[in-house]
Amino acid sequence: MHPVGFSAEPAPPKIGLSTSLPTQGIFRAAHPPPLAFSSDQIEQLHRRFKQLSGDQPTIRKENFNNVPDLELNPIRSKIVRAFFDNRNLRKGSSGLADEINFEDFLTIMSYFRPIDTTMDEEQVQLCRKEKLRFLFHMYDSDSDGRITLEEYRNVVEELLSGNPHIEKESARSIADGAMMEAASVCVGQMEPDQVYEGITFDDFLKIWQGIDIETKMHVRFLNMETIALCH
Amino acid sequence: MGFQMLVPFSPWNWLLLLVAFKCSEASSDLNESTNSTAQHEPNVRFAAASSEADEKISVFALDYDYVQIPYEVTLWILLASLAKIGFHLYHRLPGLMPESCLLIIVGALVGAIIFGTDHKSPPVMDTSIYFLYLLPPIVLEGGYFMPTRPFFENIGSILWWAGLGALINAFGIGLSLYLICQIKAFGLSDVNLLQNLLFGSLISAVDPVAVLAVFEEARVNEPLYMMIFGEALLNDGISVVLYNILIAFTKMHKFEDIEPVDILAGCARFIIVGVGGVFFGVIFGFISAFITRFTQNISAIEPLIVFMFSYLSYLAAETLYLSGILAITACAVTMKKYVEENVSQTSYTTIKYFMKMLSSVSETLIFIFMGVSTIGKNHEWNWAFICFTLAFCQIWRAISVFALFYVSNQFRTFPFSIKDQCIIFYSGVRGAGSFSLAFLLPLSLFPRKKMFVTATLVVIYFTVFIQGITIGPLVRYLDVKKTNKKESINEELHIRLMDHLKAGIEDVCGQWSHYQVRDKFKKFDHKYLRKILIRKNQPKSSIVSLYKKLEMKQAIEMVETGILSSTAFSIPHQAQRIHGTKRLSPEDVESMRDILTHNMYQVRQRTLSYNKYNLKPQTSEKQAKEILIRRQNTLRESMRKGHSLPWGKPAGTKNIRYLSFPYGHPQPARRDTRVDDFTDNDSSDSEFPSIMFKARSRTGTLQERRLTQEIIPMKSLPRGGKPHHFGYQRNTSQEEHVGVGRREALRPKPLFHAVDEEFESGEESEEKISESESRWSAEYRPSRQHHRSHSPLLQRK
Repeated sequence: MHPVGFSAEPAPPKIGLSTSLPTQGIFRAAHPPPLAFSSDQIEQLHRRFKQLSGDQPTIRKENFNNVPDLELNPIRSKIVRAFFDNRNLRKGSSGLADEINFEDFLTIMSYFRPIDTTMDEEQVQLCRKEKLRFLFHMYDSDSDGRITLEEYRNVVEELLSGNPHIEKESARSIADGAMMEAASVCVGQMEPDQVYEGITFDDFLKIWQGIDIETKMHVRFLNMETIALCH
Repeated sequence: MGFQMLVPFSPWNWLLLLVAFKCSEASSDLNESTNSTAQHEPNVRFAAASSEADEKISVFALDYDYVQIPYEVTLWILLASLAKIGFHLYHRLPGLMPESCLLIIVGALVGAIIFGTDHKSPPVMDTSIYFLYLLPPIVLEGGYFMPTRPFFENIGSILWWAGLGALINAFGIGLSLYLICQIKAFGLSDVNLLQNLLFGSLISAVDPVAVLAVFEEARVNEPLYMMIFGEALLNDGISVVLYNILIAFTKMHKFEDIEPVDILAGCARFIIVGVGGVFFGVIFGFISAFITRFTQNISAIEPLIVFMFSYLSYLAAETLYLSGILAITACAVTMKKYVEENVSQTSYTTIKYFMKMLSSVSETLIFIFMGVSTIGKNHEWNWAFICFTLAFCQIWRAISVFALFYVSNQFRTFPFSIKDQCIIFYSGVRGAGSFSLAFLLPLSLFPRKKMFVTATLVVIYFTVFIQGITIGPLVRYLDVKKTNKKESINEELHIRLMDHLKAGIEDVCGQWSHYQVRDKFKKFDHKYLRKILIRKNQPKSSIVSLYKKLEMKQAIEMVETGILSSTAFSIPHQAQRIHGTKRLSPEDVESMRDILTHNMYQVRQRTLSYNKYNLKPQTSEKQAKEILIRRQNTLRESMRKGHSLPWGKPAGTKNIRYLSFPYGHPQPARRDTRVDDFTDNDSSDSEFPSIMFKARSRTGTLQERRLTQEIIPMKSLPRGGKPHHFGYQRNTSQEEHVGVGRREALRPKPLFHAVDEEFESGEESEEKISESESRWSAEYRPSRQHHRSHSPLLQRK
């Protein structure tokens, strides 16, 4: 089932592939992602990277326009943005990168590695947190460490943008309701003069407590050699 | 226990039943002259009776035999329904034991009465009745209420497990029983291999619906739930196919020997029957979806089309010797999505309820009949056969579970744990299907049918009563991984975001996996299928109507809280605190989730709640109406008292006014029309009074307090377009500053003020209003604070 992906598309140019293909070891040493890939997977991803970038060493935002499948995705802009988010790339606490190289690309991809069942509890918690942080950054677009009501509304509106019939008001009231709920989950009894300014990352973790993100946030990469490489 | 509960209901029923039996006995005494076989043919009896009546016209005549079958069947169903009512009256009982236990007990009671009165039970069950009328509704219901998305997410494992599992069980049990039969001491040597295999195939048909109810309550993880659901759905089909093929073999074996070619043909047949059935079902599903596209003017026949086409798919498949069960399942799964969007809301409800009703009637009948046939003389108790059957059922289930899941775990990202597998092993509850198949064995081919029936009954009783009752505690004891599916809107949003994110990342990677396959299908679906199958420019689909309903509920709840809080006015602050942190009610979350579910780019149903016997309770619209009427009365009453100004009123009534409509202008006529609009707003939404929903959000510091306002109803009030209005708001907020100091500035908590839009826009120019309004807001601030948290969307009493 898996390898069908490339068959429909023109084969990626082979020029320079063997020389530029980094090895697994270098990557783990230079930049430890939360979950590392096997060399086969890296090769596959590198081919894809080349294809996306048009054989350039870096990918810019415009390159993502070439992915036709992405067009219908209602949160397309959020996804593309996540690739350039410095927080996800671990290059800073805010702002966007102009372009990303293959290393960065791998870093982003590594957020989507499935959690290995052989890992111990601590590692699982660590990976879980990493994944959630990535997700949190998708909501928190102004990097202030909080998901404010405005940001939340934005996301909901985007999510619902696929349906032209739904009106903005209902999207908003859903966001409001969700925010309200979040407040009640995270703060509990609110005093009358208390202010809930937005969902912080800790609150976010609390909300996610019940959902097993391990089974939700992962993408099946080409081969499933599950080597525990969590640092 | 269940029996005790139904005692208060039963006496009448027993009486009726007894009267019925007495009557039938009397009538059969009267008609002794007619032959006894007429019992089975009421028409003959009827003819005989009427010819007798010709001779002598009596004033009062009794002809029970004419109505016997429908009469008794009706009584059975009624009895079962009453028993169910009693069963659910004591709310803890359904948690303790599955409902099928109750049905079996009721059936056994009826059987005891029939046996005691020496009555002959009506011939409800025979092969054609079972396969043509009783089975299809049960299967249709399962297919229609299948949670599509998780099913297809786990389809590989489900097919692997449900398909191969049934085969392994059937052949394993059959072959090992055959070995037992070879032992001379047991006196079973006349049972040959084919008969054993057949018995194996019918006893391996599990019916884990009772288990699903337990799972739902315990909230076990989704893959586990889907495994059992998939088994429940597909197992019947596979067993029946196997059963039919084996019956064919047995028939053939009577006359000639079976050659290897025949066995190969049987295997090929098995595949053709299954695949062909599914193919037929899909075709019929598309046809019926296509037809519902044109039914907008005659919506009354929409349910009919759905039912008839599913049934037709069943019959058509059966005509060609394909699996009707798989056909009707596939048909239901295929059409569900499109039909739901095409048909009107009421038709949709009708379809759902009718489907539940039909299937529960079928199942009730089978279970009761099972109880009836338990008590009687037609049993053959063979210790060895029964004990070994019971043992092999468990052993082979264990073997198949652990072997098959060991294999499928190699391909799964998240394997099933040992605990999960234990639960799956333990959930092998047999049910109506096995019994029917055993009962329908042709006596001519199976001389020891009685023994088979007895063994089947023992297995069913054992699994339903012992396993069915203990699986709940076992799930809790083993502490199976839970989904923690709380009623949470946040969770819903996050998970949906995640879905898109995953699909997006896979697109970027250029890889294919099931997210992408799903995405591709969605695209194909959007491009072609939906265009063909779904009605165009439908009045904004069901979303808007759903939304309207939500709105209506909000409005009503607001009124409701207004009325209620008037009694609790003396302690407003406490009330506020209590309400302030109240969580969303499940109903509200449900409606929000509905909006999300129906409006996402990828339409997906996430609800995993499946209950064979019931549907989720709908919002009680009657209650809502009553509240409206009550409110109307309050309004009228207050008008009658002739107060022109609201602030002369006692505290209690102020609240009501505040929450209903801005008061202060005696506009009786207008108010009345408004109220009327309110009540029948379904027909006209233009007049629907809008509820303002102000959400104060503080994004930065206190000074940057932003006032935003939302209109919950469709109609929106242009923001900032009305200076007067804005001023009013600012006014209150300033007062808050001065008066109360720092109050919750923020909050995601929306504030609900009921403001009639018409009123606002129409009379805005009058200074008097603004004056009175500001006065009003000044005077009643405490009450507003009190009501601030009364957001109808967000809380319910």
